[in-house]
Amino acid sequence: MPGKLKVKIVAGRHLPVMDRASDLTDAFVEVKFGNTTFKTDVYLKSLNPQWNSEWFKFEVDDEDLQDEPLQITVLDHDTYSANDAIGKVYIDIDPLLYSEAATVISGWFPIYDTIHGIRGEINVVVKVDLFNDLNRFRQSSCGVKFFCTTSIPKCYRAVIIHGFVEELVVNEDPEYQWIDRIRTPRASNEARQRLISLMSGELQRKIGLKVLEMRGNAVVGYLQCFDLEGESGLVVRAIGTACTLDKLSSPAAFLPACNSPSKDMKEIPFNEDPNPNTHSSGPSTPLKNQTYSFSPSKSYSRQSSSSDTDLSLTPKTGMGSGSAGKEGGPFKALLRQQTQSALEQRGGSPHRFCRRREFPFFTLTAFPPGFLVHVGGVVSARSVKLLDRIHNPDEPETRDAWWAEIRQEIKSHAKALGCHAVVGYSESTSICEEVCILSASGTAAVLNPRFLQDGTVESCLEQRLEENLPAGCGFCHIPYDELNMPFPAHLTYCYNCRKQKVPDVLFTTIDLPIDATVIGKGCLIQARLCRLKKKAQAEANATAISNLLPFMEYEVHTQLMNKLKLKGMNALFGLRIQITVGENMLMGLASATGVYLAALPLPGGIQIAGKTPNDGSYEQHVSHMQKKINDTIAKNKELYEINPPEISEEIIGSPIPEPRQRSRLLRSQSESSDEVTELDLSHGKKDAFVLEIDDTDAMEDVHSLLTDVPPPSGFYSCNTEIMPGINNWTSEIQMFTSVRVIRLSSLNLTNQALNKNFNDLCENLLKSLYFKLRSMIPCCLCHVNFTVSLPEDELIQVTVTAVAITFDKNQALQTTKTQVEKSLQRASTDNEELLQFPLELCSDSLPSHPFPPAKEHLESASSNSGIPAAQRAVTVEKASPMNEGNFRNRSAPPCANSTVGVVKMTPLSFIPGAKITKYLGIINMFFIRETTSLREEGGVSGFLHAFVAEVFAMVRAHVAALGGNAVVSYIMKQCVFMENPNKNQAQCLINVSGDAVVFVHESELEVVSSQPPTANCQSSCPGGDVTT
Amino acid sequence: MTNELDIFVGNTTLIDEDVYRLWLDGYSVNDAVALRVRSGILEQTGATAAVLQSDTMDHYRTFHMLERLLHAPPKLLHQLIFQIPPSRQALLIERYYAFDEAFVREVLGKKLSKGTKKDLDDISTKTGITLKSCRRQFDNFKRVFKVVEEMRGSLVDNIQQHFLLSDRLARDYAAIVFFANNRFETGKKKLQYLSFGDFAFCAELMIQNWTLGAVDSQVDDMDVDLDKEFLQDLKELKVLVADKDLLDLHKSLVCTALRGKLGVFSEMEANFKNLSRGLVNVAAKLTHNKDVRDLFVDLVEKFVEPCRSDHWPLNDVRLFLNQYSASVHSLDGFRHQALWDRYMGTLRGCLLRLYHD
Repeated sequence: MPGKLKVKIVAGRHLPVMDRASDLTDAFVEVKFGNTTFKTDVYLKSLNPQWNSEWFKFEVDDEDLQDEPLQITVLDHDTYSANDAIGKVYIDIDPLLYSEAATVISGWFPIYDTIHGIRGEINVVVKVDLFNDLNRFRQSSCGVKFFCTTSIPKCYRAVIIHGFVEELVVNEDPEYQWIDRIRTPRASNEARQRLISLMSGELQRKIGLKVLEMRGNAVVGYLQCFDLEGESGLVVRAIGTACTLDKLSSPAAFLPACNSPSKDMKEIPFNEDPNPNTHSSGPSTPLKNQTYSFSPSKSYSRQSSSSDTDLSLTPKTGMGSGSAGKEGGPFKALLRQQTQSALEQRGGSPHRFCRRREFPFFTLTAFPPGFLVHVGGVVSARSVKLLDRIHNPDEPETRDAWWAEIRQEIKSHAKALGCHAVVGYSESTSICEEVCILSASGTAAVLNPRFLQDGTVESCLEQRLEENLPAGCGFCHIPYDELNMPFPAHLTYCYNCRKQKVPDVLFTTIDLPIDATVIGKGCLIQARLCRLKKKAQAEANATAISNLLPFMEYEVHTQLMNKLKLKGMNALFGLRIQITVGENMLMGLASATGVYLAALPLPGGIQIAGKTPNDGSYEQHVSHMQKKINDTIAKNKELYEINPPEISEEIIGSPIPEPRQRSRLLRSQSESSDEVTELDLSHGKKDAFVLEIDDTDAMEDVHSLLTDVPPPSGFYSCNTEIMPGINNWTSEIQMFTSVRVIRLSSLNLTNQALNKNFNDLCENLLKSLYFKLRSMIPCCLCHVNFTVSLPEDELIQVTVTAVAITFDKNQALQTTKTQVEKSLQRASTDNEELLQFPLELCSDSLPSHPFPPAKEHLESASSNSGIPAAQRAVTVEKASPMNEGNFRNRSAPPCANSTVGVVKMTPLSFIPGAKITKYLGIINMFFIRETTSLREEGGVSGFLHAFVAEVFAMVRAHVAALGGNAVVSYIMKQCVFMENPNKNQAQCLINVSGDAVVFVHESELEVVSSQPPTANCQSSCPGGDVTT
Repeated sequence: MTNELDIFVGNTTLIDEDVYRLWLDGYSVNDAVALRVRSGILEQTGATAAVLQSDTMDHYRTFHMLERLLHAPPKLLHQLIFQIPPSRQALLIERYYAFDEAFVREVLGKKLSKGTKKDLDDISTKTGITLKSCRRQFDNFKRVFKVVEEMRGSLVDNIQQHFLLSDRLARDYAAIVFFANNRFETGKKKLQYLSFGDFAFCAELMIQNWTLGAVDSQVDDMDVDLDKEFLQDLKELKVLVADKDLLDLHKSLVCTALRGKLGVFSEMEANFKNLSRGLVNVAAKLTHNKDVRDLFVDLVEKFVEPCRSDHWPLNDVRLFLNQYSASVHSLDGFRHQALWDRYMGTLRGCLLRLYHD
């Protein structure tokens, strides 16, 4: 009996009236765990019963503790007939199973009924006593921590990042079982909720076991998804990154590190790449060009694999070591030592931890400085499958095989880019009837080999790396061999160091690295696309979809590229391409955050060309369009404050000759680049992007380019964690979910009309958001996450979740537009502060730590004088939290009993103006809501509005009960809405997850702090979190 | 292309004060959108009408969901569904329970019953307030009335505790409940010049001095019902006008004291007996429920109107009433001094408030 679960039912309030005669309720509670049930007494005639029950004790295996949810049912006692259920509360007790998280769950939980929604609240106290388990072959994985956050959680230090973990479990969907025909919708919904809860528990436990096997103690970037495959079953799958984390809470360990990733630096003996010469001899993997390699495995399951980013369109870059030069240096060395000692403590050689993993994938999107060396570009793979019934749920081999296939593909794409790892990795599905598109994407990257293994290889590699460090820009250098490039690309010498080659454009799925040098601000860029498809059955359908996919990917990329250029930017971060399949159409939606990376060349303009040059009026039209485009680019540059420094041609050197004609894949590209220079002087010497507007399609494209309106003044938006160029967040945040469904007029749908409808839908939705949040100006919508689904033939559903964060406009202007002298001054003072920091550290934990790296850093910083102000602003920004760290270190530990009344929710991993002091566990909740009185509940909008509000409420209540005051990395993974207005019915399924945390406002911290450094306080407070 | 479904849900519930007002005022979504357009919001924000429509719908839905909670404001504070900062919660409640002067004057003193509810159509037409808004205001009155009607303790405190209203609004509701319970007539034509504030002022004085609660704070209905015993006793005051000697003495005392101080002295002297008779008879009649209801009509008829027709300045009225009440203490033959003070103290305050154009 490794665990004892104790539950106490305290009271209820706001119960619904169950007895019409008395207008009261005779309520009692059933507490169920596994197969054991306890009941409270009936509390007669009250809507606010006080049960004050004894402690109900369940003695259970820890395996069950992980899998099973605690199920609390509130009922109305009826002497003569069956007791009526009022509603239920499911409590996931997982957070109680590891020591650092919550110790007790106690609070008011909304009582939820799948038909009526929330019906009052119940006060419950839950505790777990765990006994030590010595069984080595145990099936449970208690103690493994889970984080949704896709970076190393604040207040932890990664000792080792082990790598990819994945698992999936399948079952029959209760909704489709024969019994569903005879049971009530409520019973069916509850069976489903319970099953999914069980399956997630099981999945989490299994993943935990894998982590323990790898000798890790945590999963970061945990992403769990449901595939509702209908008749063929229910799949719950999850991926994550196994890590060994150390808590930075003891006073000796330096607490402030929590706040800035630059400080929770760690050594990462990262699992070995199967092809070691990739990094030992420098990036030099030769490669056959394989942009669209179709591998029809079976007649019905054709796989469309694209080493995405249509490589030709979007060359990639590496980023990484540059940052290390600034401040990573001292830390790296420092932490390596720490790691070593950690490893020694464990009594094993580090090598043992460097296990060869099948897939060198990382679900993380933000990394400790120095971890990422080069970024190759986006890799993605898709595959169309036909679903069939899962015959044996215990052996979900088919599904496993499908994913393995896709991952293999991704891996080979990465290799083709000269990369041995994939970061920012994610997987998704889109299901329509029996067809399923599986997608995976990530960013091919070269990770710091120094983290991979130690020994002789390290020292020589280190030297090589060291060379890059002072340059501060090793950032965008290509990981592949320039003479043998995997795809045609346009390379130049890096605009920062002028030593290494960089591509002209970079696409990635990760967050903007904190040390990236960005000029101006970023913005949300979306590509939207619809394609009609004939209705078909089974294999024919799968084939049709497979055939359409490459064209969609291609067009999505063309659109992204055009829009990026129109913004005057040269890199995309956080790229997420979603392809959704419906009965008669496919939808593609790509979102990313565009930025101008200082290391990459100026983006060329967009050039319009017609094919009938003799027609005068046509010429005029073309030149008119051209002018409009040029104006837009100029306007955007101003809007996003993109004013890169002028660099003369000679310094840059001549462009490397293109190894291949780019035009082959670029429908709209011109053959020669001569006319470009001629045409558009303002956008540069570089080749312009040429659009031929001969066919109507292209015309549409041009128009849609120009119809995208920028957000109103005072608003910025991005889909990454932080907005480049804004670094003074104030503490007001507003997380929201917005859902829209449009009905298409079914007559004569064309691709163009469809595209326009879809485009309008997204644009209008954004406009509405800007309008609704206008009181928060100046503010930025961060982590804007669009999801598209096609619930029915003529319906398009778009769900958006994002957070609006206010910032201080004056300060923003200051930091981005400081004069050179001023920022120089600031940089130098900050440098001094920096110097103190390692010193302090040394005395704290590593007395023998050598000083020189810090000096080196100073040199590199002072040699920066030629770099643009924006870059220095970044330096300042990064430097400041450290000072903050210094004084925070002295502050007393924050009290845990801070107000729990308000629970903040955010899709970001941090809370502006606050410091996360504790992670309480993962929140992973699944709800079903159904109604048979749709009109009475205010129609579909009323129904869904109430449901989403209820879901938020239940998330908040669970967090509050854990003792937390916020959910970070919150995500609404699924929002499946089905309606049948004729029957007055609707049903909705929502799945959300996030990390429950305790945070303390920075202002509160400062009060406690004994001597805040007055000089730096101002700049550090808001800046501190931005870097996180 | 039509928006089949369109929602926005914030973790912190967004409350737009302007839209809330439009909703409270009972405008339909379309009317509200039109009004917002007219306010120039589109130009200010660069939004489109469609955006405004969607925004308004969203807010209306939220308010609709909140309305159930607003019916019992403490629930709004404890519910978990909408995360609303306390200051916003207070604003929601306060505005929801706020009422229109024009409306309250129509129903003040009326029985808050179904019958009155049926008249809301007419009130709506008459006042120009939408029927929806009239219903809300009426239902608010009725709800507050029902909850505090039979409750022990101070009326204002009870209202504040159960509806979380501001002190000011709670006092107003106390007046509304008091008037509804005693059914004071306020709709007569000659009372039209009086504002709700005038009545509320009087109500407060009466609650303080004339109800059961004024003598004993531990009884049910203490602030809502008038002290029946007190009303019975008021008959004793009749002697002041019935006894001719007493009346003459009273008059001479008042006249002596006010000679030279009053601009309208001669008018006062000529009218003294009429005025005194009026005031004392009002007191004496209060034993009958019907006469209680006509209290304000009587006061205006018997005192306010005569003085006004003689153009008494307000200050003269004050001097007169002060002297009129005080002089009774010098009437040796009169034994009901305390009763007189309890009656006249309140009445004096009321009359001064009622005395205006």
